[in-house]
Amino acid sequence: MSKMEMRLAGSGGQGVILASVILAEAAVQAGKYTAQSQSYGPEARGGSCKAETLISDEPIGFTKVQSPDFLMVLTQKSLEVYTKKLSPECMILMDESLKVPEDFPFEHVVRLPILETAREKVGRQQTANIVAIGAINELLHLTERETMEKAVLMHVPAGTESINQKALAEGEKLVVSA
Amino acid sequence: MSVNIGDVKPRPDQRQMSSLIYKYMRPEHLPQIWCPGCGNGIIMRDVVQAIDNLGLRRSNTVIVSGIGCSSRAAGYMDFNTIHTTHGRAIAFATGIKLANPELEVIVIAGDGDISAIGGNHLIHAARRNIGLTVVVMNNNIYGMTGGQYSPTTPTGEFGTTAPYGNLDRSFDIAGLAYGAGASYAARGSAYHVQQTIQLIQDGIRNRGFSIIDVASVCPTYYGRKNKKGDAVEMMKWQRDNAVTVQQAAKMTPEELKGKLVIGLLHHIQYPEFTFKYTELIRQLAEEREENE
Amino acid sequence: MGKIVLMQGNEACVEGAIAAGMRLYAGYPITPSTEIAELSSIRLPQVGGKFIQMEDEIASIACCIGGSVAGVKSMTATSGPGFSLKQENLGYACLAEIPLVLVDVQRTGPSTGMPTSPSQGDVMMTRWGTHGDHPMIVLSPSSVRETYDLAIRAFNLSEKYRTPVILLMDEIIGHLREGVELPDPEDIEIVNRPTVEYPEVKRKPYHMKKGQMVPAMAPFGKGQRYNITGLIHDESGFPTNSNEEAEKLIWRLMHKISDNYQKIVRVEQVGMEDAEVVIFCYGGTMRAAITAMQEARAKGIRCGIFRPITIWPFAEKELAEAVKEKKKIVVAEHNYGQLLYEVERIVRGECPVSFVGKYNGTVITPAEILAKVEEEL
Repeated sequence: MSKMEMRLAGSGGQGVILASVILAEAAVQAGKYTAQSQSYGPEARGGSCKAETLISDEPIGFTKVQSPDFLMVLTQKSLEVYTKKLSPECMILMDESLKVPEDFPFEHVVRLPILETAREKVGRQQTANIVAIGAINELLHLTERETMEKAVLMHVPAGTESINQKALAEGEKLVVSA
Repeated sequence: MSVNIGDVKPRPDQRQMSSLIYKYMRPEHLPQIWCPGCGNGIIMRDVVQAIDNLGLRRSNTVIVSGIGCSSRAAGYMDFNTIHTTHGRAIAFATGIKLANPELEVIVIAGDGDISAIGGNHLIHAARRNIGLTVVVMNNNIYGMTGGQYSPTTPTGEFGTTAPYGNLDRSFDIAGLAYGAGASYAARGSAYHVQQTIQLIQDGIRNRGFSIIDVASVCPTYYGRKNKKGDAVEMMKWQRDNAVTVQQAAKMTPEELKGKLVIGLLHHIQYPEFTFKYTELIRQLAEEREENE
Repeated sequence: MGKIVLMQGNEACVEGAIAAGMRLYAGYPITPSTEIAELSSIRLPQVGGKFIQMEDEIASIACCIGGSVAGVKSMTATSGPGFSLKQENLGYACLAEIPLVLVDVQRTGPSTGMPTSPSQGDVMMTRWGTHGDHPMIVLSPSSVRETYDLAIRAFNLSEKYRTPVILLMDEIIGHLREGVELPDPEDIEIVNRPTVEYPEVKRKPYHMKKGQMVPAMAPFGKGQRYNITGLIHDESGFPTNSNEEAEKLIWRLMHKISDNYQKIVRVEQVGMEDAEVVIFCYGGTMRAAITAMQEARAKGIRCGIFRPITIWPFAEKELAEAVKEKKKIVVAEHNYGQLLYEVERIVRGECPVSFVGKYNGTVITPAEILAKVEEEL
């Protein structure tokens, strides 16, 4: 991997920005260059939200995603918005609850029950972003498992370490078993 | 107490001046620019007398002013003085006090300065209970710009921008401040020198936000526009219409109409802002030491 | 080698400021600069400094001036609407010669505009926002690490010249996270304002010795009792109506900066040795320019970048030198054209000037710059 452009989209409150920050943190921990940014509307909850992480072996010029290699969508709306001008080669990870549109031209589409896993298996809906991170790292092999776990622990609130470790593991399992 | 006249050597013509002037004023910048009969000079002297009574050190005392007639006071007073922007004296003073809570910070402001353009700073400094003493030279008019009505011009009275009489209701500045949380609020007048000195003194001594709203007189604009007579007449009005807080308590609202209630209006003790912040810094340092 | 940490631009601003000696922050929440206030509220009491959330933007800069007068390095941060509100007191700090750092994380304007969207629409306002003739030093970072360095430099310049310094950021850098390696505290150069070691009461605060351009005055409370005013004043610090004194003061304020142009102005030039086309950009726009330059060179176009790090004073000499015998200069900025006119004034027919501007809240892309680089070449 010389350069990976990743976009995560969902609705405000789903933890999409934090997930994007954790991916950037893992990249730093792994000794890579990274640029992480986000765009959002005025809503703290419920508005649409997009976060981007670039990971590269080389210093990064332009800090925004130009042509994503990877897109994760957690809401139907973000799926519709962010798949419009996408290269068919981009890998798409979508929550299983979302409907796949007709004539979906993408070659690599992965559907995983991220939200359900957080809710049912981990037992806390707010951990969906960490479940997603587990799945993303398993899919893309961004960093060693330990590095990703360290990055997660650096950014989750104190006292929630074990539940987030569980969420990370459940996310990984989703890919392994899929 | 020995009088330390510091660096200011009295010139022969200054020997007639009061010792307060040698000690606390900058005679080279006197006489002041206020009109004959203006009440501001009396109030400035009240502040200096209060400082002298309390024995505050000049180099440890800061006078902050805004813009307008009142603001010129800072330049005449031999302390650390700063003449700021219109309405912002309290915000500047907040920075000074926060940076160095050891300093005694006194704000001198006018009614328009403190309650119109600077009204927001007044209520929030009061809410924070930061250790400032605000002395308002309240002359019910914008004097420096030539007599426009201010937030303390009574309804129906005249100003150059109220040619048909002021339609607005007027502010009670001291009431506004204690409503917003000031721990000390009082009202004095240019006529009631001894009482006002005592009120300013107590305000400075209060650890928290203090306001002393002092009725000044502006014979040049407010007096002339409203046919209040000359400066002497206006001072007589203060003498004849002032009632103390204690007297006022026994009067009906009708009886109180047109009266000037003077005295201590409100005093409550609660922690001062920079004290609380210093405590926070100390706590954090302790926690850090414990963790190390 | 220090440790590399993931850090946001706004965060780097706070850490740089603290490293430079900031011990007072007064601010008011405004997107996209709010993280600067939030982090300051956490960090300052940890280092013995103070944070205060003021009642409005005007009070915030006023509070900083007060803090600085009492001898504490002070900073405030804001964005467009708040920057507009701070202008009067910014001029006060210029005239009274009170050091402070004002951070403006630009967002799309005018008015409330688009609070979370990037822009560079305040760049001319940083120069001419406050009324009257005045000098202004403005620095603009294009990476998280540079934000840290320029926060320190902003304080150092502010202290050295006793003048407010604006750290002009944009949403692109303010909200960007990158891995940064911070310098050792011992390696950081810290400049403190000219002061008076043994304050005496008689000393005139704005008195200048021959050749001296920056006044030395003690903080309030140290014994040198003097007067500060926003009125035109003489060396005693007291107001004067003397036209001679007015001219002398304004002249000195302007010259204490312009005479030190070489020490204040910094530019970055990339690939300029053999360049035929020059991209002119600053702040966050640099990031698109780097990628555009790489793409142009991959296509065989010899492209370089000229980036002022000091925005004001404007890098006139360096730019005039840089554009000699170039085929074209492409100005890229997130506005309708602002520094463009400054560039045109300097370039003056030396080479054609073309423009890539954006004012819709989106970021200029490398492709958009590249298109202008390639145009009519």
